[in-house]
Amino acid sequence: MKYDDGGWNPYIAGALVGLLAILSVGLTGQFLGASTTFVRAAAAIEQVVAPDRVAENVYYQRTAARLDWQGMVLIGILLGALAAAWHDRSFKSESVPPMWADRFGTSIWKRGAVAFSGGIFAMFGARLADGCPSGHGLSGVMQLSVSGLVSLAFFFAAGLLVANLVYRRNAS
Amino acid sequence: MNLLYGLLTGLVFGFLLQKGRVLRYEKQLGALRLMDMTIIKFMMSAILVGMVGLYLMTDFGMDVLNLKPTILGANIVGGILFGIGWGLFGLCPGTSIGALGEGRWHAVFGIAGMLVGASLYATLHPWMMETVMTWGDYGRITLPGILGINHWIVIVALIVLVLVLFRWFEKIRI
Repeated sequence: MKYDDGGWNPYIAGALVGLLAILSVGLTGQFLGASTTFVRAAAAIEQVVAPDRVAENVYYQRTAARLDWQGMVLIGILLGALAAAWHDRSFKSESVPPMWADRFGTSIWKRGAVAFSGGIFAMFGARLADGCPSGHGLSGVMQLSVSGLVSLAFFFAAGLLVANLVYRRNAS
Repeated sequence: MNLLYGLLTGLVFGFLLQKGRVLRYEKQLGALRLMDMTIIKFMMSAILVGMVGLYLMTDFGMDVLNLKPTILGANIVGGILFGIGWGLFGLCPGTSIGALGEGRWHAVFGIAGMLVGASLYATLHPWMMETVMTWGDYGRITLPGILGINHWIVIVALIVLVLVLFRWFEKIRI
């Protein structure tokens, strides 16, 4: 099973991300991260439907709905990925990931339901752990932070277990 | 100005994530199923380079480190919950946005789930503060700090370990 269409050597692309992280920290003091922005976005959405709840929530007071450095990073990731995909013509409108489709079929809703519930767990966990594979995995581990090392280890341990349960031999 | 730096950083980050082909469900599940280590190679390469750079800056007297506190309860329970979700969704917060950028629009379902997860966490945060976040709070600590040794010993050991791992990945072609 191969799902590859070229791209750059992952060691080189990764090393360049390391340089980007050094440059960002040196110039602006900012470490790469992503999950805080999801809290700000959730706060922005809830401000429309339930403004009282947002105003009273301690966590939203600390992580308010505003576009900050990290929010701009996520916008940049979207555009940068689009540009890179455009550049080598790897852009593809995909409704279900091919590996998933091979095993579980092409139903958008079946995939969507699993991805949606996965998203809930992932973000709840990331906020509790105070970071995701960017904030803890990259930024934390490159500082040799114990919180980063411990979190990353458990991201992988639980992910490994669940991914292998999902794709166990008799499942379909 | 800060926002502009954010946009530029994101543009380069997104470009490299896409070129390294780590924005794909196949690559992330490939690593979790121990079939394709692309994301590990990418991530570990970034970590090794970043680690050397940041600690060099520290040695030259720049106060660059910004550690997140180590709270074992939160890191472990949160880490496990994240891992469960990651195994199901197959993308993480940063890469899900990049996946959208290269046309993999099925990422929207997981992104919607993550917004719900963020809201749910905001609701339960006060309770977490009284429970999970009080278990094993050690503050802002580093591995060389708790081992009580010079950081370069840890850095060199980690580089050797990761290079051996890389060699093994290439040998068994995963």
